[in-house]
Amino acid sequence: MTALNRRHFIKASATIAGGLALGVSLPGRVEEKAPDLAGSVGEPNGPHLAYLVRIEPDGQVIIGAPSTEMGQGVKTSLPMIIADELDVAWQDVRVEQMPLGIKRDSEGNMSWLHVGQGAGGSTSVSMGWQPLREAGATARQLLLQAAGEHWGVSPESLSTERGVIFHADSGRRGRYGDFAAAAVALPLPENPPTLKSADEFQIIGRPQAVVDGREIVTGQAEFGIDAALPGQVYASIERCPYHDGTLAQLDDKAARKLPGVIDVVPIEGPSPGEPFTVLAAGVAVVAESTWAALQGRKALKLEWDPGPHATESTASLRRQMHEAMEHTGQIVLDDGDVDAALDLAADSLEAEYFVPYASHAPMEPQCCVVHVRDDGADVIAPTQSPSGASRMVNRLTGLDRMAINVHMTRLGGGFGRRLTVDYVAEATLVSMAVKRPVKLQWTREDDLRHDFYRPCGLHRLRASLDDSGQLTGWRHQLASPSKYYRRANVEADKMWTAELYPDDPPRRLLPNVQLQYYSMDSGVPRGSWRAPAHYANAFAVQSFIDELAHRQGEDPLAFQLQLLGESRDLPYEQHGGPVFNPGRLAGVLKLAAEKAGWGKPLPAGRGRGIAGHFTFGGYAAYVVEVTVSAGQLRVDRVVGAIDCGLAVNPNHVIAQMESGIHDGISTALRLEITVEAGRIQQDNFHNYPLARLRDAPREVENHIVDSPHPPSGVGEPPISPLAPALTNAIFAATGQRIRELPIADQLTA
Amino acid sequence: MATFDLNGEAFEFDGADNTPLLWVLREAAGLQGTKFGCGAGHCGACAVHVDGRARRACVTPVGAIAGRKITTIEGLGGDELHPVQQAWLEEDVVQCGYCQAGQIMTAADWLQRVPDPSDEDIEKYQANLCRCGTYARVRKAIKRAAEISRNGAVAFVEPVAGEVQS
Repeated sequence: MTALNRRHFIKASATIAGGLALGVSLPGRVEEKAPDLAGSVGEPNGPHLAYLVRIEPDGQVIIGAPSTEMGQGVKTSLPMIIADELDVAWQDVRVEQMPLGIKRDSEGNMSWLHVGQGAGGSTSVSMGWQPLREAGATARQLLLQAAGEHWGVSPESLSTERGVIFHADSGRRGRYGDFAAAAVALPLPENPPTLKSADEFQIIGRPQAVVDGREIVTGQAEFGIDAALPGQVYASIERCPYHDGTLAQLDDKAARKLPGVIDVVPIEGPSPGEPFTVLAAGVAVVAESTWAALQGRKALKLEWDPGPHATESTASLRRQMHEAMEHTGQIVLDDGDVDAALDLAADSLEAEYFVPYASHAPMEPQCCVVHVRDDGADVIAPTQSPSGASRMVNRLTGLDRMAINVHMTRLGGGFGRRLTVDYVAEATLVSMAVKRPVKLQWTREDDLRHDFYRPCGLHRLRASLDDSGQLTGWRHQLASPSKYYRRANVEADKMWTAELYPDDPPRRLLPNVQLQYYSMDSGVPRGSWRAPAHYANAFAVQSFIDELAHRQGEDPLAFQLQLLGESRDLPYEQHGGPVFNPGRLAGVLKLAAEKAGWGKPLPAGRGRGIAGHFTFGGYAAYVVEVTVSAGQLRVDRVVGAIDCGLAVNPNHVIAQMESGIHDGISTALRLEITVEAGRIQQDNFHNYPLARLRDAPREVENHIVDSPHPPSGVGEPPISPLAPALTNAIFAATGQRIRELPIADQLTA
Repeated sequence: MATFDLNGEAFEFDGADNTPLLWVLREAAGLQGTKFGCGAGHCGACAVHVDGRARRACVTPVGAIAGRKITTIEGLGGDELHPVQQAWLEEDVVQCGYCQAGQIMTAADWLQRVPDPSDEDIEKYQANLCRCGTYARVRKAIKRAAEISRNGAVAFVEPVAGEVQS
């Protein structure tokens, strides 16, 4: 941010109480989309905070949380960044969730008002780091200037500590609140504020507890399901169980007679092959309560036309994947000459891995409240993509973007499911039909049957080794239904870009590397699932490296460290770049191994496995210890290490490691979505059995690398290495190689 | 129509007796701390106490609890924090937080009968689902809650850990 354009991006104004409110927006026009990541200033209107920093004359310090909180900790960590540079005591800060802020420039382009507010791709902290520090530091600078003018001294002669301004020479002191009103009237400083050096941080880098802790444990925190608008009605939707199927017959007479039922509203499905608005055709029952809506739904008599995917099954899709691999796929990376390397190999190895469709299954089923009025709309939603919600309402209603208010609650989990706003589209359509605020509630069955599932995929890996045991060639073939299949502006030959990241290791670690992709057809809706393609690719690649090490009779850790080599920056053009440093990956592998006692003997039936992966700028590794006996698997211990650059809130970096361990284990153990006769087979937690506490390791230990790098996100890096570390441990314990997820009942030992 | 004691006060619901207690609490009584997760008794996000014992409100028809004493997360600690809530804060358990009211209500019930829980006890009795992965901290918080309960009331420790480990 240069001095020249600085005034455009920092905005200070008075709060209703006469205090200082300060906002900041990113330099340049950053299109507001998620997350691929957007925004309007606003005057501080109503009870909601439109500014990043607010200092009231009574001394209250209110800091806005720009991104949405789904358990990843950003409602704590982002305000911490502002508070530290502002130099206030963390316990004196009140954090408020900011509503969506967008603005329109003179050419009609939309951008974020302050900073990006989407939550996805592990970007909230890394993208917020610089602008949020500048926002805090600028507010402090204005307060210093106001105090200096009041006392007739230079701002440079003043210092601050925890919300108090000191003038050492005269012994004068004053609270921020005393100068908030005067600060508003000051011109913004021409130059960017001086930021703290790392050793001056008081809040950043120190473990802090979750900001809404007390509200959550006492049942007071607001989630999407708790949101309400005055005069709202309740809706529940019966959706077509066939992908791209349509409504053939509707008899709603019985439903309309039930007590509490107000209306029945058919919802047209998405156009086959086109980007999704709603996820499926459906019939909404609108009632005076959620329960009445659910009863009305049961009384509907419906017939569906199953549409183009009526005969799809998981078995048929898997067969097609194998058939496709009989031919060469789309070559998306071809370094060196893999065929020659394989021809000349002293030894080679081939293995196939399968990763199934998976559902996000956040604990809070989809829900939201939408009121479409003649002159605008109100949306309250648990969403990772508030700007996506705004665009969707605009698209369906034609209302001006600036007249659509989007407020975000805490999310009862996200995991990528809430990057899509199909449920906001549904509530919008129902509100348009009934002309009232509509509270839409999905059931668990709705949520599991109608998701944007993580793509399944068949991976075939083949590698060549020379007579000294060095890897010389590597071919990775992937057949999968791409998550990009229905996106606007993605050509058929770019489907692979969502599923393979060419700059992932082992590229540039050996001379001959080839990636082939087979874009499969499936009617199953797909989307982003925590760490998207990294989960599957890490499973395949880190399993295969383990297999290669064992084939060579080498220690898997030593084999991988040798492959990774020294610390150096390699180009990384996909999300998480611009560089990948194999030395940092080696660093987390070594740290996890050392803390876990890698190499120390274990009793029979027990085994240790290791895996590491680079995801979206962060490096994570685990050593997993298991016991297998009589077909039963017990995860005894997990030791993890992460290099996420500077850990803004070490407490929640650790929490995300714990989360990745859990999610990794849970998904690897028993979770898969299957299709039969065109319908999803899973519909509640009895057949989509998330791990329970009894499945969780008793010993969990995580370590953060003390890193000089700026912070990267931690929502996704912790999950990818867990599944291969687990299956590598099973191999170490039993000699049985698990090449297909979930592990389920495959264990024979 | 059903009348019952709700967090110490009489509450009357005038709808159908087969309405699940969950929706009565959330929409008729306006107590939204009790969450909807599965509607089938699998996940425990809706756990409340019926005469002191944890029950899953999503599969409990309101007619079945007429005349009984219902405690929800809002009423668990009265004006104070219940030891389980206090321990939850000390261990900074929550991530998204959605399942935690149910986790707390479940633990607060069985800990009365198992005052010094082992790992096996925790694995046996704490069967609520968490999707985020708070189990490691739930385990610690249950042990801590037991300790607080055994020792009687102790001063609340601000949950800002000086040292991070898990």
